[in-house]
Amino acid sequence: MNDFAEKWIVGGLLGLGQITMLARETLASILRFKMNRRDLLFQIYSIGVKSQSVTLVTGAFTGMVMAAQTYYQFHKIKMDTGTLAVVSVSMCSELGPVLTALMVAGRVGAAMAAELGTMRVTEQIDALRTLATHPVDYLVVPRVVAAFIALPILTIEAMSIGIGSSYVVGVGLLKIDPAYAWWNLLKYSHDSDVFIGLIKSVVYGGIIALVGCYKGLSCSVGAEGVGRATTEAVVYASISILISNFFLTLVLEQLAISMNL
Amino acid sequence: MIQVRNLFKSFGRHAVLESVDLDIKSGESVVIIGRSGGGKSVLLKHLIGLLRPDQGTVNVDGENICGMNERQLIQVRAKFGMVFQGAALFDSMTVAENVAFPLLRQRKHTAGEIRRCVDRTLDVVGLPGTQNKTPAELSGGMRKRVGLARAIIYEPRIILYDEPTTGLDPIVSDSIDKLIMRVNEILKVTSVVVTHDMRSARRVGQRILMLHERKIYANGTPDEIFESRDPIVRQFIDGVADPEDILF
Repeated sequence: MNDFAEKWIVGGLLGLGQITMLARETLASILRFKMNRRDLLFQIYSIGVKSQSVTLVTGAFTGMVMAAQTYYQFHKIKMDTGTLAVVSVSMCSELGPVLTALMVAGRVGAAMAAELGTMRVTEQIDALRTLATHPVDYLVVPRVVAAFIALPILTIEAMSIGIGSSYVVGVGLLKIDPAYAWWNLLKYSHDSDVFIGLIKSVVYGGIIALVGCYKGLSCSVGAEGVGRATTEAVVYASISILISNFFLTLVLEQLAISMNL
Repeated sequence: MIQVRNLFKSFGRHAVLESVDLDIKSGESVVIIGRSGGGKSVLLKHLIGLLRPDQGTVNVDGENICGMNERQLIQVRAKFGMVFQGAALFDSMTVAENVAFPLLRQRKHTAGEIRRCVDRTLDVVGLPGTQNKTPAELSGGMRKRVGLARAIIYEPRIILYDEPTTGLDPIVSDSIDKLIMRVNEILKVTSVVVTHDMRSARRVGQRILMLHERKIYANGTPDEIFESRDPIVRQFIDGVADPEDILF
């Protein structure tokens, strides 16, 4: 048991160290402006455009279910018109960025790990290195930068459609007074909620791309190795998003209060 | 030109190379032979810095590449071309894009120059008209030719071949051997070929090194190696299994 615990802790620390080195190398490469614009556009298309449907469906149904649940609780204490305000604040600062990131981690993080893992297993990464191309410049940087750009846009879409669909459910289906509901929404939602959500989405984009690329680049040889890398990319990215969400919420909310936003 | 001194490499507890010393002169064609799993490809990957030794040095043109980081190695690797055992073509690209890749990364040439260079190189390897095919549409021999075209398009001074004829029928193997000799002749390059195909080794190499028990066991011209009376060299050349290696 001690051996197992030691191996687990050492393995965990080693992985954390390696992903930190990858992040450092990626940042250094971004600052050297070595990225190919065509590769970046392709990755924005892969991460952003191809994740539209999954983000919109997630955002819409989360907003709808949130509106229904909040309404049924608020209705008991005659606060029906506060429903949309609660949905709006939740969608902007928490549900929008977190659920979008989790869905993108499942779709894009897995794809990155599988693609890079297959390239590693078939020696394509070694081939890149022999062709005087740094794998971080060519493979990691376009994905990380594309994730930094795509995640905030996807998050804004999820926030908007979530609030929009909650309005349809609240006003259209549950017969909440639209004027009071809208007034409360505007009164209790602040710019800071949107900024907090966007800052979170940038961080989550970095986490998804870095974990996906790291798992792909470090996967063990064989089909089993690629499969494991794909699974681990999704699991580790999702866990990292949920853990970092707690700390980001504490820090960013405190910051917003101290800056009177 | 390439000097390997006292090279040690192990993976976990499994030692692969022990105290390997090696010299390859400029313009020479060297073949490394040895049993499967004997560390030939591992040694080859050390020459280009794809693997780092546990101990020892690899000098390329007088520079020790073992202490270099990945970015410094990029400069050294510009002198090398490498043909992989499985060709290692980028499967998301066409043949033309694969072959053009090194030139596109250099960002020194116009699209027209690159296109003409790709056409010329594909002619050299005997694959004209395959520009728009994908690697999945090619046979094993064709893939290796494309891999070779990609390795020579930027005219490196040293070409490394990792088992270039493994898995190919004798006729295709023969054509690959002739291609390697032709490339050596046209580009005047230094070549290092890892193989266990003895026919290929004899034809391609000016010098043959045999890796055995983690060390360079024999070193000589093809005639010296093929006429050797050493029992271990003889056994490998004649392809005779040890009685204890026979499973059934």
